[in-house]
Amino acid sequence: MSGYLTALIAIVTREALRFVHQRERFIAALVRPLIWLLVFAAGFRAALGLSIIPPYQTYITYETYIVPGLCGMVMLFNGMQSSLSLIYDREMGSMKLLLTSPLPRWWLLTCKLLGATAISILQVYAFLAIAAAFGIVMPAFGYVAVLPALIVAGLMLGSLGLVLSSFIKQLENFAGVMNFVIFPMFFLSSALYPLWKMAESSELLYDICALNPFTHAVELIRFALYLEFNGPALMWTVLATVVFMTGALWGYSPENTGIRRKG
Amino acid sequence: MTAIRIANLNYTYGPKTALKDVSFEVAAGTFCALLGPNGAGKSTLFNLLTRLFSAPAGQIEIAGHDLKRTPRRALAQLGIVFQQSTLDLDLTVRQNLSYFAALHGLSGKTREVRIAGVLDKLNIADRAHEKARTLNGGHRRRTEIARALLHNPAVLLLDEPTVGLDAAARAAITDHVHGLAEDGTCVLWATHLADEVWPDDRLIILDHAQVIADGLAKDISADQPLQSAFLSLTRPRE
Repeated sequence: MSGYLTALIAIVTREALRFVHQRERFIAALVRPLIWLLVFAAGFRAALGLSIIPPYQTYITYETYIVPGLCGMVMLFNGMQSSLSLIYDREMGSMKLLLTSPLPRWWLLTCKLLGATAISILQVYAFLAIAAAFGIVMPAFGYVAVLPALIVAGLMLGSLGLVLSSFIKQLENFAGVMNFVIFPMFFLSSALYPLWKMAESSELLYDICALNPFTHAVELIRFALYLEFNGPALMWTVLATVVFMTGALWGYSPENTGIRRKG
Repeated sequence: MTAIRIANLNYTYGPKTALKDVSFEVAAGTFCALLGPNGAGKSTLFNLLTRLFSAPAGQIEIAGHDLKRTPRRALAQLGIVFQQSTLDLDLTVRQNLSYFAALHGLSGKTREVRIAGVLDKLNIADRAHEKARTLNGGHRRRTEIARALLHNPAVLLLDEPTVGLDAAARAAITDHVHGLAEDGTCVLWATHLADEVWPDDRLIILDHAQVIADGLAKDISADQPLQSAFLSLTRPRE
């Protein structure tokens, strides 16, 4: 077996084992979107009227509308969780073990990213299963068609986690990520409301939402769940992945780590 | 054969000089102690040797491989024990070794044979299925040394590996690693404790970012205890 594949299996297995060891993390990852779906959506159903917009062919309930956004939310939080793990690994020293492996650093970081994405996808499917149990169902083939979209969205949000972890110096600074990354990304997106609703309130906020890569990840998932392809959303999400991953590789390069660590 | 070659290495953290024109060579089968007070530059040197940092000036070769030009070949020849434990405490000893072996591309039967070999070598075979969390400090260190030897490295780097261990565990690990050098491995052992250095060891003393002494420990200490010689050679920090 090639050394690359051996390392990939080992890193992904370790990520999975770590996830299994942290049962609370799995429960939290499911409870969070379920509260939004079952409590928040129930309260806002009456307040937010939705018109028929692609990919929907008919009027839909608000719960149905926010399911793709909540899938994105699961992946966003998981991306940040893996970022937090990386910072913890760096503080505890185990990141050194990874970075001193003779395999190329880009491959080691890619393995980490693939591991985090795989875990994200498992969580999303668990969430979709629970949502279906509560009667919020998607077209049957949508559950299959969404897989590639989840992979692309998971890679984008995982690489965002990687780039953040390379620049955040200490674990204590991670709280800032919640305020300055997770919340703005989530609320300035189409996860909870369609963008035309945002345009009615503020053109500026609409433009920000339209630039937010999380919006495109959510739309990619939304269209795939309804067996439709959204080319621009795919392009934006892939572009954001490339930018974040390039930033992460730069941040983790030996030329940069030392300077930032103590400089 | 030269196992470690460092030439004209310089490193700064902003205005602060961490290493200034550091040069030395260590031959295979040598136990070389790198002695220096806290803040002398030992950890920076280790970060550069392990390519966690990259030096803009100077050259490092590991077993003949230039760390800048052929980093993968150089890193493949390095076994590293970091000052801070890098074991995954939720995994067993065997799982920790297995994970590391995979990071070096070892798989299948080769991996199993190597793991069995190092577990025996470090006398921890009976701990293989215990979680790292349940091990005492001495056994954790042994596990880390076993892990560092899995890929048969030409050079073993240990950064203050006895920190936090009791006297017996410290002596046992120091003895064991001296034995590894006798078997042909080049050992670079960073410490600030003079009693871990034996008279026939190669000794490099680092202070204020520079090499201030390089030779056999018994020659550097001359007719006084090494601790006294070390204290008289190193200047107090400002």
